[in-house]
Amino acid sequence: MLTSDPWLILLVVVPLLAAPVCVLLRNATAAWAVALVVSWSIFGIAVKLLIQVLEQGEVFYRIGGWDAPWGIEYKLDPLGAFVVVIIATIGAVVIPYAKKSVENEIQKERIYLFYTMMLLCISGLLGITVTGDAFNLFVFLEISSLSSYVLISMGQDRRALTAAYRYLIMGTIGATFYIIGVGLMYQMTGSLNFADLSTIMPAIADTRTVLAALAFLTVGISLKLALFPLHMWLPNAYTFAPSAVTAFLAATATKVSLYVLLRIFFTVFGEVDLFATFPLQPVLIGMALAGMFLASLSAIWQENLKRMMAYSSVAQIGYMVLGVALATEAGLAGGIIHLFNHALVKGTAFLAIGAIIYSTGAVTLRDLRGVGKSMPLLMAAFIVAGLGLIGVPLTAGFVSKWQLVTATLEADMWPLAALILLSSLLAVIYVWRIFEVAYLRDSHLAPVKIIKKLPLSMLIPTWILALASLYFGTHATLTMDIAHTAARQLMGGM
Amino acid sequence: MTIDMLLMSPALILILGAFLLPVFKGSMRKVLTLALPLITLVAVWEVGDGVQVTASFLDYELELVEGNNLSRLFALVFSIMAFAGGLFALNRKNITEMVAAFVYAGSAIGVALAGDLVTVFIYWELMAVASTIVVWSARTEASAKAAMRYAIIHLFGGVVLMIGVIGYAQETGSIDFVRMIPNSFATWAILVGFLINTGAPPLSAWLPDAYPEGSWSGTVFLSAFTTKTAVYVLLVGFAGTELLIWLGLYMIFYGIIYALLENDMRRILAYSIINQVGFMLVAAGIGTEMAINGAAAHAFTHIIYKALLLMSAGSVMYMTNGKRKCTDLGGLFQSMPFTTLAGIIGALAISSVPWTSGFISKSMTSQAAFDEGLAFTWFCLVAASAGVFLHAGIKFPWFVFFQKDSGLRPKDPPWNMKAAMALFSILCIWIGVQPEYLYAILPFPTDYQPYTQAHVYEMLQLLLYSGLAFFVLLKLMKRTLTITLDVDWVYRKLLFNAARKATIVITKFNRSFGNTKNKLVSKIITLATEHHNPRGVLARTTPAGEMAFWMIVVLCAYLIIYLFV
Repeated sequence: MLTSDPWLILLVVVPLLAAPVCVLLRNATAAWAVALVVSWSIFGIAVKLLIQVLEQGEVFYRIGGWDAPWGIEYKLDPLGAFVVVIIATIGAVVIPYAKKSVENEIQKERIYLFYTMMLLCISGLLGITVTGDAFNLFVFLEISSLSSYVLISMGQDRRALTAAYRYLIMGTIGATFYIIGVGLMYQMTGSLNFADLSTIMPAIADTRTVLAALAFLTVGISLKLALFPLHMWLPNAYTFAPSAVTAFLAATATKVSLYVLLRIFFTVFGEVDLFATFPLQPVLIGMALAGMFLASLSAIWQENLKRMMAYSSVAQIGYMVLGVALATEAGLAGGIIHLFNHALVKGTAFLAIGAIIYSTGAVTLRDLRGVGKSMPLLMAAFIVAGLGLIGVPLTAGFVSKWQLVTATLEADMWPLAALILLSSLLAVIYVWRIFEVAYLRDSHLAPVKIIKKLPLSMLIPTWILALASLYFGTHATLTMDIAHTAARQLMGGM
Repeated sequence: MTIDMLLMSPALILILGAFLLPVFKGSMRKVLTLALPLITLVAVWEVGDGVQVTASFLDYELELVEGNNLSRLFALVFSIMAFAGGLFALNRKNITEMVAAFVYAGSAIGVALAGDLVTVFIYWELMAVASTIVVWSARTEASAKAAMRYAIIHLFGGVVLMIGVIGYAQETGSIDFVRMIPNSFATWAILVGFLINTGAPPLSAWLPDAYPEGSWSGTVFLSAFTTKTAVYVLLVGFAGTELLIWLGLYMIFYGIIYALLENDMRRILAYSIINQVGFMLVAAGIGTEMAINGAAAHAFTHIIYKALLLMSAGSVMYMTNGKRKCTDLGGLFQSMPFTTLAGIIGALAISSVPWTSGFISKSMTSQAAFDEGLAFTWFCLVAASAGVFLHAGIKFPWFVFFQKDSGLRPKDPPWNMKAAMALFSILCIWIGVQPEYLYAILPFPTDYQPYTQAHVYEMLQLLLYSGLAFFVLLKLMKRTLTITLDVDWVYRKLLFNAARKATIVITKFNRSFGNTKNKLVSKIITLATEHHNPRGVLARTTPAGEMAFWMIVVLCAYLIIYLFV
């Protein structure tokens, strides 16, 4: 059942309007307070909408009262609602954390700009998820991208500028590819509405224009998704961005891109059986596997913790895409559940790294000897995240791994199941490196010095995400049901 | 899961309690070290029949604690072992090892009490991690490397097991841990996952590679849990699988041959673990009630006497600053009478001398083979009993405590180590003299009588002759004696030399294989380092132009796929 609900538009409008308010305030604390209120109210709205979607079916809102497909329609199905909750949760956790972290890493007079950009970025990401319009999606893609370039460039290290610049170039090419794809589709169909496109598509799906459009869309989104080999912008961007930004983007931006990929493949081209028509499966599986193994290997050799986790993100994206590439309900559910679980796990990891930087000023392994003894509570959370990356039982990562392996076995691809599990052993190695440095190596020497005491406002958010990943590792029924519902709906379109 | 349910899981008492240890210092820590296993012991004893504690995971119901005679027996001996190991290691400064060892013991108990495959897997992985840290805790270069190799093998085993468990859940829709038949991909994967932990061929080498590198106290723990939990899960899941008999026989003789060639006292004992687990595998493969009783009883007694042997070896190491080669040791009985006595009692028990625990347990397996009419197996088991006496029963105590006088005069170890050895010595003899108490808690009711005249005479004859053989061969091995050319002697010498040559060739082959493998491995590692280090082609900062190039490549690829395929 469809219900019209104005809350949907508030999700996007509130942060979008709050952003200029922050500029007008020109005060760090005031801007932070605005961002805090906004992020928490969005969290409330997101949860409300998720419950509503699960209980009563899809929610929509027509802008200006124009009916679809002429007007812009916002629409929330279970998958969208799930992604919205992820973005809102991470936002609500990162903003309180950001206060101290940002004061430490960004000049005081530019802090209000930071919150402005964060709000814009949240608004953009939420907009991508709720909109049912291909061009509107591009607008929000640009809002979120531009604000994230600015956010990355605010990093302490001067290399943050070049990292942001490279990301800008690449992101712009990616967005251009996307809009070329949308343009070609529009040329053929005269429509921009996803639902409308999906009904027109079967008739024209074998035309060259539409197929070229699909190629542009796939590549453009793959770049934003950082799917191997288009991941090269990601490590530097994550490494040099301010810690709070890294945590936020790592947990949300690539996830939203995966959402867009699912939309295109399974909604717009839902009536066309892409995976049966084209050898898409081996290509996607190949890229996913390359990402899983090569990026994990790269993570093993990194000295900088942020960089290590960034490569680990590329590898984890491989798992999600692998699930999608199976193009079965179980596979999609695996990809979607990992999207959620990985957001929690990687969010925890980057928040913990940010806290380490705050307290010790160090981020490379060799400088962090005995950090487990200097910061026992925080490192415990980091280890929980590390275990989640490996997929150890009781953590959320295990649930993802279980579902992905189930899906591959169901599709009779047991070598793939073995590869999933073997690649998770690579995660063991890099997590072990951190563990060894933090707790074991040269334990007779004095551990790393604490320069600044870690404030609770940074410790608590880290632990909230860590506990969430433990909670959803042991009580996976809820998230799994949502993932299955979303997957079923996507597959229903096929 | 609520708090009171938590308390009902004996495994968690030990696992979570372990993390309290670093919180306390001094005597409080010592009290806790001894109290935790005792509380666990009581909790294990109190576990009733059937499923006790459940939790839900996805659509499945986990049976975290399920009691029956077999599982309680294993959990019981694991708790006893944790207590004695804790007592023995009481004056070890390194707290990491103690925490890891208790988590290790706790997860072994967890496996023993698990009612479903997912719970088994969870504790299985925890066990792998905790035992790796125990090996690592010796804090030597060799132990760090051995720990890495050990971890790789066991995590690989975990991967195989997990595929099996998920596949099994998918095939049958159930995760209940019951008897399986290896007839599908999933059940085979589960079997292989289990077997890796027993030290079965072809992956036997991890055990003698890793265990001897543990610290003097760590190895005592290591000897008990991993292989015996594997025996337990095989008894539950794959009893009666004929393959296990053959693997077991291979392990029995593999253990004997390599132990006879070995010079490091703890490696001798490590090979002997493989040998002993071989007996248990054979019993699991026979799979009758008598055989399962035999395997369970043997696992129970073996944990105790093998720990006793390693405690005496550990005491020697502790008092001599880490000496462990037979050629460096000898004549220690003069200054270490207590340790010598403990070592001898352990050696007698492992050799199944009547009136020790080994006699009343191991003979059940032979009896089971006999009852089933498995003549070849029975013959091998009897022959192997002689071999066990040679390598563990005499070789270990002789070279360490007697032999030549090495000039070392270490004293007996501190009271707590003596107390731990005394406890296990008494258990070895008490179980041997009063077997009815152990028989009463076996999985199946039994009226087996070990002390018939025929049994006792047969065993004593076997032992006396192999004992004799040892001292004769000993002189041959030392090559200090000119040999009187008797026909009988020529025959024995030829046979012995042939056997020795064969094993040398095999060892050489293994070594060279190991070397090429290492070369390959190091090549791979160099290659990976070249490509993945922060300056390597796969991990360096890429210029925007290059990234754009890759985008075009991928775009072209997709265009080709969509338009022309």
